[in-house]
Amino acid sequence: MRLELVDISKQYPAVKANDRVSLKVAPGQIHAVLGENGAGKSTLMKIIYGAVRPDEGEIRWNGQPVQIASPAAARALGISMVYQHFSLFDTLTAAENVWLGLDKALSLAQVTKRIREVAGTYGLEVDPLRPVHTLSVGEKQRIEIVRALMTNPKLLILDEPTSVLTPQAVQTLFVTLRKLASEGCSILYISHKLDEIRALCHHCTVLRGGKVTGEVDPTKETNASLSRLMIGAEPPQLQHREARAGAVVLEVRSLSLEKEDPFGTTLDAISFDVRAGEVLGIAGVSGNGQQELMRALSGEDVRAPRGSIRLFERDIARDMPRRRRRDGLHFVPEERLGRGAVPTLSLAQNTLLTRTRAVGRGGWLRIGDVAALAEALIRRFFVRAGGPGSAAKSLSGGNLQKFIVGREIDADPKLLIVSQPTWGVDVGAAAQIRGELLALRDNGCAVLVVSEELDELFEICDRLIVIAQGRVSPSVRTAEASIERIGEWMSGLWQKGKADAPA
Amino acid sequence: MLRLEQRPEPSKAMSIASPLLALAITVVIGTILFVLLGKDPLRGLAVFFVEPVRSVYALTELAMKATPLLLIALGLAVCFRSNVWNIGAEGQFIVGAIVASGIAMLAAKDTGGWFWVPVLLGGVLGGMAWAAIVALLRDRFNANEILVSLMLVYVAEQLLNYLVYGPWKDPQGYNFPQTITFLKSTQVPRLFPGFRVNVGVIIALLSVGVFWILLFRTYAGFQLQVGGLAPAAARYAGFSSRKALWTALLLSGGMAGLAGGLEVAGPLGQLTPHVPAGYGFAAIIVAFVGRLHPVGIVFSAILMSMFYIGGELAQSRLGLPKSLTGVFQGLLLFTLLACDTLIAYRVRWKPARRGVAA
Repeated sequence: MRLELVDISKQYPAVKANDRVSLKVAPGQIHAVLGENGAGKSTLMKIIYGAVRPDEGEIRWNGQPVQIASPAAARALGISMVYQHFSLFDTLTAAENVWLGLDKALSLAQVTKRIREVAGTYGLEVDPLRPVHTLSVGEKQRIEIVRALMTNPKLLILDEPTSVLTPQAVQTLFVTLRKLASEGCSILYISHKLDEIRALCHHCTVLRGGKVTGEVDPTKETNASLSRLMIGAEPPQLQHREARAGAVVLEVRSLSLEKEDPFGTTLDAISFDVRAGEVLGIAGVSGNGQQELMRALSGEDVRAPRGSIRLFERDIARDMPRRRRRDGLHFVPEERLGRGAVPTLSLAQNTLLTRTRAVGRGGWLRIGDVAALAEALIRRFFVRAGGPGSAAKSLSGGNLQKFIVGREIDADPKLLIVSQPTWGVDVGAAAQIRGELLALRDNGCAVLVVSEELDELFEICDRLIVIAQGRVSPSVRTAEASIERIGEWMSGLWQKGKADAPA
Repeated sequence: MLRLEQRPEPSKAMSIASPLLALAITVVIGTILFVLLGKDPLRGLAVFFVEPVRSVYALTELAMKATPLLLIALGLAVCFRSNVWNIGAEGQFIVGAIVASGIAMLAAKDTGGWFWVPVLLGGVLGGMAWAAIVALLRDRFNANEILVSLMLVYVAEQLLNYLVYGPWKDPQGYNFPQTITFLKSTQVPRLFPGFRVNVGVIIALLSVGVFWILLFRTYAGFQLQVGGLAPAAARYAGFSSRKALWTALLLSGGMAGLAGGLEVAGPLGQLTPHVPAGYGFAAIIVAFVGRLHPVGIVFSAILMSMFYIGGELAQSRLGLPKSLTGVFQGLLLFTLLACDTLIAYRVRWKPARRGVAA
């Protein structure tokens, strides 16, 4: 056995993250670790990688008991890890970040060269010289993958690696991983995506609530049987009714916007419409202009040319977010902590970011009303929280997202824009959020969803457009779209003539 | 061995206990200091913690000293909560004192007893104007407000020196660098005959209420704090960061200027080079020891003024240098910073770890 874990336990102040977990990985095996967010997958991987010490249990590496005291010790053994949450220094360049993690035998220039080689071999597009703070989430993850591959690892740990890749790139990554495995490298593949695990992995350990609930051969399982092991039930099915699209609510015409940041994406003549009672999805690999487009639509960036964004035929391109909100445009950003909510403030106070019903004359806050709104949101959207006084950061990702999405839905928006609605959210909460978005649509609201999860877009959208290199494709009805076609478009390959027609 | 372990949630109790713990440690270190200096530690501590509260007169003097600290620290608390780092309150205090003095010197013999009101308003405007320079440079040129506000302190000092050594020097003042003694009508009314304590104390206590309401009961205060805690969330919500910058600086500048006006129109009664007594810097400590909370700041302002008075008494009673005040202030700030660790962490005694079996 390459790696063996015996009865690993880890207690955190509030939760037992791992409870007597055992796991065996053979050389050249692609081993899936399946579980919802909060099931203890990430903690287990950090233990293997030496970033967290277990309270109890034994780790054996090639049959020998070992103590992995630090990530450096793990790397010395030949263990590499790609974190789900990035561990990059914002002020340094990609190459400098990679260099920091290596022993200093190589010069920075050599490392830069190696990064280009590795990135080229595995089809991961990265520019080593860019400062990390200018990178999108997807680009940061690519840096992390390249960094892990730099050291020719014996065991590679990948934590949810495909969320930022096009379907084609996922296939390329799988080819890479299979190649690595055939060369004898073991791979621990952490995911909650059942299809991927069934397509790629040889063996699967399922975690729920910190405990192992099953060890199976994923190729012989169905999505339903894996799902039962993972969440104890089959995922709830969405009720999908045919959309009855109404009048145009949001009209984007020739929206071009010079990038604010030297490494951002310049938006190039973007045009599309969103109608009342429909869900329009924007697919695309992160870092292709989604952030910039969202900022222009939400009013966080008000440099858009006059007339390029209209809400109910009124030009809103230069309006501040509060003005847009008054006209019914609400927005859920992809970052929950720090943007959608203030981490240290209570849920009650966080309602005040976008809801002003409790603000009286002269800016007086009616504290009772503020708390009542938070209480109502908690109850209506089944948010698991201590109460209106709980700090936003004390909630799990899924519960905070339910709260934020709920806060905007409860405002009775006429247009709801949601970026990455279910990123890092557990299956149950994700299904609930998608259901709420569809219910909103059925009530005649226009919904615009940006997501990197194609499955999600296909599940809830009526029409899709694709964003690539700051331009958008024509729209296609979801019923007529295929994953392959959208995947091709995600690389910017759609017919040029059609792209000029409004979507 | 002792280990620091992260708490699941920051402890509210500890955030209140931390300043008290810091005070206790400061007292312990102070005791050691007195012993090392060859003084009776009990007498030494009594000078700092008993003498200033021993009589009605001592208490009124304590309130006198605490007033400017309280006023300035209230403004700074709003500033720091908005993530605007104005550390030049001393300069705003000086300019407030200068403008207030300028107005006070306009008073004539027949001016009414209300004249202290425009004098204080002048102080507020002076402090605001000085802080506005910081806001303008930050807003237009993105100049760092820490450096600009600090450097403007020294500019303000030179301005003060120029005036009292030059155009504003009292012609009958035996060439001392000081202005004329202001007329009675410009004096801030005293509360009780025989005590120096004046209306400033009332203004300061009212300000506590006003600032509490601003911070915790108004949308404007909420917006300021969101800007400080999570700038991206403020942008998402549509709260203007420029407005927050200007509001925070003008408010804190105005409060510091008010304190400056109260000093010259109160106990001092004239402008001298000794007007700046370091209140603007001490108020930074006061604001943090008070947890940036208006009510907390009342207590920390009183504590800090005990250090001021104690330092002066230590000089006369124990023959110790006055800089002891600064030592105590510094000790308190450092121990507070250390104790604040306990808000997010707790100390755990852990026996040698069994560990992962080797």
